Amino acid sequence: MDVTIKYFAWMRERAGTPEERVVLPAHVATVADVVAWLVTRGENYAAAFAKPHLVRAAVDQDSASHETSVLGAREIAFFPPVTGG
Amino acid sequence: MIRVQTGIVDPGEEIGQLARAAGAGAVTTFVGVVRDEGGALLALTLEHYPGMTERALEALEAEARARWPVGDIRIVHRVGRMVPGDVIVFVGVSAIHRAEAFAACEFLIDRLKTDAPFWKFEEGREGARWVDARDGDDARAKRWR
Repeated sequence: MDVTIKYFAWMRERAGTPEERVVLPAHVATVADVVAWLVTRGENYAAAFAKPHLVRAAVDQDSASHETSVLGAREIAFFPPVTGG
Repeated sequence: MIRVQTGIVDPGEEIGQLARAAGAGAVTTFVGVVRDEGGALLALTLEHYPGMTERALEALEAEARARWPVGDIRIVHRVGRMVPGDVIVFVGVSAIHRAEAFAACEFLIDRLKTDAPFWKFEEGREGARWVDARDGDDARAKRWR
């Protein structure tokens, strides 16, 4: 499944890219599965996801939890807790 | 009305628009300003998630409208690099009476802080860093749930 993955703030810096197109393996069904797969792809991803309690996610621009399905998703984003306003 | 922009925010202009809104009898506002932290902060850069930011702010506007009888709502958030004294965010609400205008305005800024995908990066005399989220912001946002 072809999907765009986006990273923001210090997760973007650690991942080394603001976004990328990836093909998710067939067994990847949830946000947690995406994270588990990404961290096997390289040191930069392991560093981006090194603090799981500070990782937030969105699927197709809606806030998501670790259990949220990514089946059919076009865009998945990872970022730290927000600090606007 | 939701706007995310790199240009400076003019609170006076926004208040004027709110005061001219149909049926307005009260206008309340929140204006967030870049602190200088006693001279320690040199610049603040706001990153955001284009697309999701607008969706999140529109959802907050819709929730505010469902909870209070308000007239106009204006949320203007600046992104990019700014310096102490610059306006980061403007939230303004018009209504017939002040009570709902105050409540909706406070709701909007409290929930913006925890729901909208913005991130602050500080450049200071001691170095540069991403700002950590504050527990106090979560507590304020939860009061509205």
